[in-house]
Amino acid sequence: MPAFHAPEEMLLAYASGSLSEPLSLVVASHISLDDTSREAVADFEEVGGALIEEIEPVALSSDALESILDKLDDLEAESSPSAPVGRDGLDLPPALRVYVGEDIEALKWRSLLRGVQEAEIPASDGEGSKARLLRIAPGRAVPQHSHRGFEVTLVLEGAYRDGEEVYGRGDMQVAGDTVDHRPVVEGDVPCLCLVVNNAPIRLTGPLGRLIDPFIRY
Amino acid sequence: MRISAIMQEIADHLEFAEFPLKMQSKWLVDKPRMTFDVSRMETRTKTADVSAQALQAMVAAVAADRDKGAFAQLFAHFAPRLKAYLIRLGTEPGMAEELAQEALIMVWRRASTFDPAQASVGTWVFTIARNKRIDALRRQRKPDFDPNDPSLLPEPVESADRRVEASQRQEKVRQALRSLPPEQVEVVRMAYFEDKAHGTIAEETDLPLGTVKSRLRLAMTRLRKALHEEENEDR
Repeated sequence: MPAFHAPEEMLLAYASGSLSEPLSLVVASHISLDDTSREAVADFEEVGGALIEEIEPVALSSDALESILDKLDDLEAESSPSAPVGRDGLDLPPALRVYVGEDIEALKWRSLLRGVQEAEIPASDGEGSKARLLRIAPGRAVPQHSHRGFEVTLVLEGAYRDGEEVYGRGDMQVAGDTVDHRPVVEGDVPCLCLVVNNAPIRLTGPLGRLIDPFIRY
Repeated sequence: MRISAIMQEIADHLEFAEFPLKMQSKWLVDKPRMTFDVSRMETRTKTADVSAQALQAMVAAVAADRDKGAFAQLFAHFAPRLKAYLIRLGTEPGMAEELAQEALIMVWRRASTFDPAQASVGTWVFTIARNKRIDALRRQRKPDFDPNDPSLLPEPVESADRRVEASQRQEKVRQALRSLPPEQVEVVRMAYFEDKAHGTIAEETDLPLGTVKSRLRLAMTRLRKALHEEENEDR
């Protein structure tokens, strides 16, 4: 079971429907893998349901019900929508599957550095915050960097070490703009992560400072 | 006439997100936000006129028999509440009515997927309306909208033994809400109904951000505790 859960504030924003699209994607994926966070979201939704019961109602126009009743017979019962089935052998959360399709190899991957690849995911919030998959080979590291904004990382496969902590499948790491780190892949399988930044990262290692202008992320 | 008065009121309060607040609003959906005068928020609670069990029976009747009478009752109960909820979140009243209707159509179509062991009817309907609103906002931003939007995906199923009777959970939360100090209820309502970053809530309530956050945290902890106490009693 994941040891690093999403902050409660973020789960509350998700449950109340006020989280941006990229972060909603990360949280929806995270709660597929983490019972603790999923339970919190279920509780927060229960509060939403209770608040709806207690709200002061606003009347609809007088024909609102009738206009629907007429249509009901034409409306088939519908089952819940489902995500595509993966063909890439990866057990990805359904919410993420909807975005990446049945095979993540079909995404546009690009190499950032040796052993570090990324693919952008079409989830944006119109405010510059972006979601991407990051795949790092065993023994490789993301170059030392800090953030101009925040960075939220969800581990999907494999694990990485950041300082004392090791993050594995389902774990979420939230790094604010004060964090300057160099996550290193742990173990002998590649580490696949879903990452959301709200601003480009800033490379801070000795070499990174030189190449920073060329790496957008 | 009433609608136009409401629209005017909303127009008076419309303002666009300010970027100095960006750090606090970093997690929020990007769009114009509404502000409402906090002093006008009601803190009183309203007793529901339909019991949770009755609502559950109506959904079951829609699922099993395509019962239009039961649907009409669900509509009468929820549509005006959803419309109010959507307006509170800044949705223009005409659109709020449309989305409330769409949400109820979803109730009709998906009635058979409702699982009373997982959630109360009220909570289920809340998530449908919440997702409808998210879809509408995303569609504005992305015209090539994918109908299989992830917000329509069901939450993953929870193991049944962890959940007590959902209608009891709902009643527990409502009782707990009533027992909260008014200032905590206020921040909870703002978190759900006003789509505001905590920093914005802090500004509008003239409270330090830390106070808003701690009030919200206290309130949510108490509400969650009420839910889980029930589980312990039931074991």
